Amino acid sequence: MGKKLVSLENIIFRYEGQSRNALDDVSFDIYQGEWLAIVGHNGSGKSTLAKLLNGLQFAHSGTIMINDQIMTEETVWDVRQKIGMVFQNPDNQFVGTTVQDDVAFGLENAGVSQQVMVERVHGALNKVKMNAFLNQEPHHLSGGQKQRVAIAGVIALQPDIIILDEATSMLDPRGREEVLETVRELKQENEITVISITHDLEEAAKADRMIVMNQGQLYREGPPQDIFELEEELIALGLDIPFSVKLTKELQKNGVRVVNGHLTEEELVKDLCELHSMM
Amino acid sequence: MRITLDDVEYRYQVNTPFEHLALHDVNISMESGTYTAIIGHTGSGKSTLLQHLNALLKPTKGRVFIGDRTIEAGKKEKLLRPIRQKVGIVFQFPEHQLFDETVEKDICFGPMNFGVSEVEAKKLARKAIVQVGLSEDILVKSPFDLSGGQMRRVAIAGVLAMEPEVLVLDEPTAGLDPRGRKEIMDMFYDLHKVRGISTILVTHSMEDAAKYADDIIIMHQGTVFKKGTPQEIFSQPEQLLELGLDVPDTVRFQLKLQKELGVRFDHPCLNIGDLAIEIDKAMKRGNR
Ligand SMILES: Nc1ncnc2c1ncn2[C@@H]1O[C@H](COP(=O)(O)OP(=O)(O)O)[C@@H](O)[C@H]1O
Ligand SMILES: Nc1ncnc2c1ncn2[C@@H]1O[C@H](COP(=O)(O)OP(=O)(O)O)[C@@H](O)[C@H]1O
Ligand SMILES: [Mg+2]
Ligand SMILES: [Mg+2]
Repeated sequence: MGKKLVSLENIIFRYEGQSRNALDDVSFDIYQGEWLAIVGHNGSGKSTLAKLLNGLQFAHSGTIMINDQIMTEETVWDVRQKIGMVFQNPDNQFVGTTVQDDVAFGLENAGVSQQVMVERVHGALNKVKMNAFLNQEPHHLSGGQKQRVAIAGVIALQPDIIILDEATSMLDPRGREEVLETVRELKQENEITVISITHDLEEAAKADRMIVMNQGQLYREGPPQDIFELEEELIALGLDIPFSVKLTKELQKNGVRVVNGHLTEEELVKDLCELHSMM
Repeated sequence: MRITLDDVEYRYQVNTPFEHLALHDVNISMESGTYTAIIGHTGSGKSTLLQHLNALLKPTKGRVFIGDRTIEAGKKEKLLRPIRQKVGIVFQFPEHQLFDETVEKDICFGPMNFGVSEVEAKKLARKAIVQVGLSEDILVKSPFDLSGGQMRRVAIAGVLAMEPEVLVLDEPTAGLDPRGRKEIMDMFYDLHKVRGISTILVTHSMEDAAKYADDIIIMHQGTVFKKGTPQEIFSQPEQLLELGLDVPDTVRFQLKLQKELGVRFDHPCLNIGDLAIEIDKAMKRGNR
């Protein structure tokens, strides 16, 4: 595991006028270079967590440390350069009239020179494979393309961490795969830390680590292997388990002697192949 | 109520530089009391098609038969209200259209718009809110104080309160957590079974299409690529994969096993229980 990049300690947060805490004493760490999946039912506090990490909201108590810097209203501007966010709705995140203007927008605010700006905008659009669309109007793109432009806008700022808040949930399967593939490549090449808030359990199963949120509290953290062993418990929390785990259970019921803990279909197929060859 | 599309074409922004052919040569029929799933890529014309089902859009060529009414290209239509009442559409992210100060007013808006009295509309609202699995005390709340999942249900209740005979759903579970997704899909299935509501579902979930639908229609580049029962549609999974569409998890897994193990399956498995049984059989066959 990489070094500790972010740590949250005893975070409490409540929205104005609400009777319950949206985050209720939440503590955990995030490590450099990891892919952290955050899962939890609607309203469990995932987006609130993202907003606090990005300084869009501030905790009522507890501390957030990012790269040894405590998040306060004074340090928020430094912190925001380190953490980029991509939201759920592709249509709500555009400010520029062309794709390249849109990506440049964040940089203008960050005060970099014209030349650096052009380089970074083109570099970022290259990375998400949208360089052919420089002068297109964003609203003419597909959902997957829009989200990739949004990601380009984030990586042009060269953040350490990228937070995807259900960024693929409004996309069709093809758009979803485009976006995830883009992020996976970025993570490989640039050692970016990825925090992915998602309902897609197949995606979460591929993460390095998972956090399960429940009613504003951290319910469990650990590698996907351990989390998905909770099976029925996850379902009781309103979540689900990956297809290969379900099928493993069903096969065992039928007397097929596959072993537990296959998080991907490939692993389960391999196990079945071995069983088959022994028959 | 039966809905039939006969040689339907639809062009957006006709006679402008932005003219766009969104549907062409569409011939389909949805029988009374059936459950139809429509699948296809973004941009394949699904939402455009849906809007023909209650005459929100009129074909630029061809005809749409909705019950005893005919909507025809080039003809002016009067009195579309009864159609809109009988065919209720739940659009994508319907909660974005909530606007009133209380849940009750929001749900009553539709029925009152169709000439129902306020007293009667309130009764309908109470019935609808229970149907979507919420309790009556939510009626006095502001829709904006609700959770995302609750707002979605309230928006659906607004459509149910019009007591439609046909329910058209455009990706009704997008953005919900797994339990919310299952609850809403089960609720629609229940309405379909118990009240006999014809249901037309647009979805990216092949599992839902396989599980709930009697018929599946695949849209591709503005026209019908294929239609059939789930068994028919998923018995040629390669066809779908070539179009870049998904197949149900179970069917994808069967394909992998066929490739890696050389085993054969005689039908596509559309649920996990069936798949496990068939794998067991196939493994034992391999033994001989
Ligand atoms: N702007 C807001 N005002 C009041 N309450 C809110 C607001 N945003 C979220 N909440 C409440 O805070 C809780 C956590 O919400 P959120 O972090 O959005 O959950 P998630 O992203 O896991 O669905 C929920 O109970 C939600 O209703
Ligand atoms: N209002 C509009 N004006 C022009 N073109 C449109 C409009 N709405 C949709 N289209 C185009 O029509 C085609 C079909 O769109 P749509 O029916 O929304 O597809 P789907 O619902 O399958 O994603 C797409 O190419 C889309 O860009
Ligand atoms: Mg959220
Ligand atoms: Mg659509």
